[in-house]
Amino acid sequence: MNISRRHLLILLPTAAVAWKSVLAGTPEESPNYKMTEHWWGMLIDIPKCIGCGNCVRACATENNVPEGHFRTWVEQYHVTDWNLTNPEVISPDGGKEGFPAVKEDPNGKYFFVPKLCNHCADSPCTQVCPVGATFITPDGVVLVDPKYCLGCAYCVQACPYGCRYIHPEKRVADKCTLCYHRITKGLTTACCENCPTGARQLVDLKNPNDPIHEFLRTHSVQILKPQMATGAKVFYNGLDGSVR
Amino acid sequence: MNLFKDAGHLFRFAGLFVIAFIAFLVIRGYVVPKSFGKYGHYRAAAIDEIAALPIKYAGHQACETCHTDIATVKGKGMHAHVNCEACHGALAAHANDPASVQPVKPDTAVLCVRCHSASAARPKNFPQIDAAEHSNGVPCETCHNPHSPAIDAGGAK
Amino acid sequence: MSGVEGYMYPNEITLFWSVLIVLYPYITGLVAGAFILASLERIFRVEAVKPTYRLALLTALAFLLDAPLPLQLHLGHPERSPEMYFTPHSTSAMAMFGYVYLWYLMAVLVFEIWLDYRRDIVLKSQQTRGLLRLVYKIMTLGSTNISERALAIDEKAGWIVTLIGIPSAFLLHGYVGFIFGSIKANPWWSSPLMPVVFIFSAMVSGIAGVMLLYMALTKMRGQTIDMRCVDTIAMYMFYIFIIDFSLEMLDLVHRIYEADESFRSLNFMVHTKLFFSQIVVQILLGTLLPLILLFLTQVVKMSEKARKRIYTFSGIMILISVFAMRWNVVIGGQLFSKSFLGYTTYKMTLATREGLLAAIALTILPFLFLWVLLKLLPPWDHEKAHAPAAGD
Repeated sequence: MNISRRHLLILLPTAAVAWKSVLAGTPEESPNYKMTEHWWGMLIDIPKCIGCGNCVRACATENNVPEGHFRTWVEQYHVTDWNLTNPEVISPDGGKEGFPAVKEDPNGKYFFVPKLCNHCADSPCTQVCPVGATFITPDGVVLVDPKYCLGCAYCVQACPYGCRYIHPEKRVADKCTLCYHRITKGLTTACCENCPTGARQLVDLKNPNDPIHEFLRTHSVQILKPQMATGAKVFYNGLDGSVR
Repeated sequence: MNLFKDAGHLFRFAGLFVIAFIAFLVIRGYVVPKSFGKYGHYRAAAIDEIAALPIKYAGHQACETCHTDIATVKGKGMHAHVNCEACHGALAAHANDPASVQPVKPDTAVLCVRCHSASAARPKNFPQIDAAEHSNGVPCETCHNPHSPAIDAGGAK
Repeated sequence: MSGVEGYMYPNEITLFWSVLIVLYPYITGLVAGAFILASLERIFRVEAVKPTYRLALLTALAFLLDAPLPLQLHLGHPERSPEMYFTPHSTSAMAMFGYVYLWYLMAVLVFEIWLDYRRDIVLKSQQTRGLLRLVYKIMTLGSTNISERALAIDEKAGWIVTLIGIPSAFLLHGYVGFIFGSIKANPWWSSPLMPVVFIFSAMVSGIAGVMLLYMALTKMRGQTIDMRCVDTIAMYMFYIFIIDFSLEMLDLVHRIYEADESFRSLNFMVHTKLFFSQIVVQILLGTLLPLILLFLTQVVKMSEKARKRIYTFSGIMILISVFAMRWNVVIGGQLFSKSFLGYTTYKMTLATREGLLAAIALTILPFLFLWVLLKLLPPWDHEKAHAPAAGD
């Protein structure tokens, strides 16, 4: 084995130290992660998404997502120019195994839209939880406390994006954690790590060196259902108006 | 005095309430988790519990620590930004214990078309092929090195 | 993926609120309605409905005891439900449930019933034997004071409790409407009219329920039905039903006229998936038909027998209609995708925790509660026995 730590240490020192401690079986010794220094979100670059389903599979593997439920999924849109507001959408098995090939439509367009929890700053789901079992962390991630959740499913009803479900075995609300167990150790999320085209990128809005700031300044970026005023932190570049 | 006597039973009913309320406060003191309310209306310890969940995908940084030769080849090619586990699968277990957990070599016949089979839904600038027409059943790696797939860039086998 | 038309977000395909969540607002509605009927006599001095006063209170209690059970069965972790009391979340409409429920159960219903029955309880604690005597003894809370003054104080206190009880009944059921009405993500629910519609439909269903119970129980006991009482109840039921129907139609007309982004999707749902339960059962058979019949009893002179038949039929149709309304709100609100691009199907299971059998059992259960309450605290004793108070 040709071990060269130098390359790695220059690239991402925190990740390296974190991984070392993960390897040693002591993740709690990873570099002091300060919640107040981060404000997490995600950037989704729609023109880059190829609908391969890698993110869906990676998420399911990383997080043991139960069959038939999705913490992230991919939708394929077909919008015709004579019916802009009524797209045809499919997401077979959440796009886990990709999509059937489609032929060019001279009167329409096709594109993919990856979806996940928007980790809203003003999230309607945490608002309605009767006991405080779901909440937004000081670093901006909406989490569910599986040891405290009643499983009443009120939050499932309150999410405008359909990102929550009741875990069939645990009988509690379940959803994307933005791979909180990874991002607090300097790694990126499983979906971003495995996206082959860089269509998904984890962003830290509190980090002044994060390329997201430059990106937001230079692109037309949108969030999903802005009329819901949820303060969504998943930003979409090149989002079509028909996407819902 | 007389009023108090004749309303005495009302005080008994009220007494039940007071007793129940005190019992409630005592029980509440015991059962509410200690870390509840530290940052907000939730159990702060839940954050640490979720942060301590096991990792399945090691991340490309971990792979590159050992496999520098592959990282160098890949870094120069078209797949420079495709991370290792996107094709090889979750390998934290391998990174943890390289000797006993050996990754399985992916089958290029399944793997490559996931991204590169032609569909009008994929971005136009993304390289796409019709597998049957393109190679007629010949495995992809016969011509392409998956770590640096472009043939004219010296990646051909 | 059977049962899906168009596109649903993948997590929306199965419904997470089942028939039990339909039952829950239906049952609390009956509680609130029965209590309002009782308060008609107590606060508004509608003497004609006096024969139903105690029955209405006991009905309210029987159904209130049943009300949290469908919720408990529905919860993924019922054992964690005390968390609602220990750490209620101030921004959650649902968190209020525990407190409103306890307040209503203990401070309003149980207290009012206790005050009203205290004389009977004390007498029974002296007349009965064995286990029953012990039960009554506990219910006296150790006070046998039924002097005229004490009973006068009870009367006054009971009046105050009922006065507090009316807004409490509105709160109990209004908040159930708010649980749905405040969900901005769901256009089928999100409406400020929701709590008001829930309250008025609750009043209608509760009044209809007590009226039917009164008629059935009186028949079973071989007594004659007090027609002045039933006529008055039917009149109130008719007028409140008109208000309820107007509010629901106002909501509907508003939605149709505004025709916002969700309209096309919801409109399609009402004409397909909800056509039978909403248009046919709730509106045509459950609302317009009883409204017309009740209207006829108000303007046409009819025989006692005809009136009784109309009241019974209308009462049953109203109960079905209000149940259909709850169904259309709870289930209907989950049948369409929040993407407005598709529809799913509710598949009711049979013998599961949230299945049909559980729902039927929970519908029968309050009648068992009521049966016990009627045995323990017969509401009709005071009609015949006006014996002088014994024991002081």
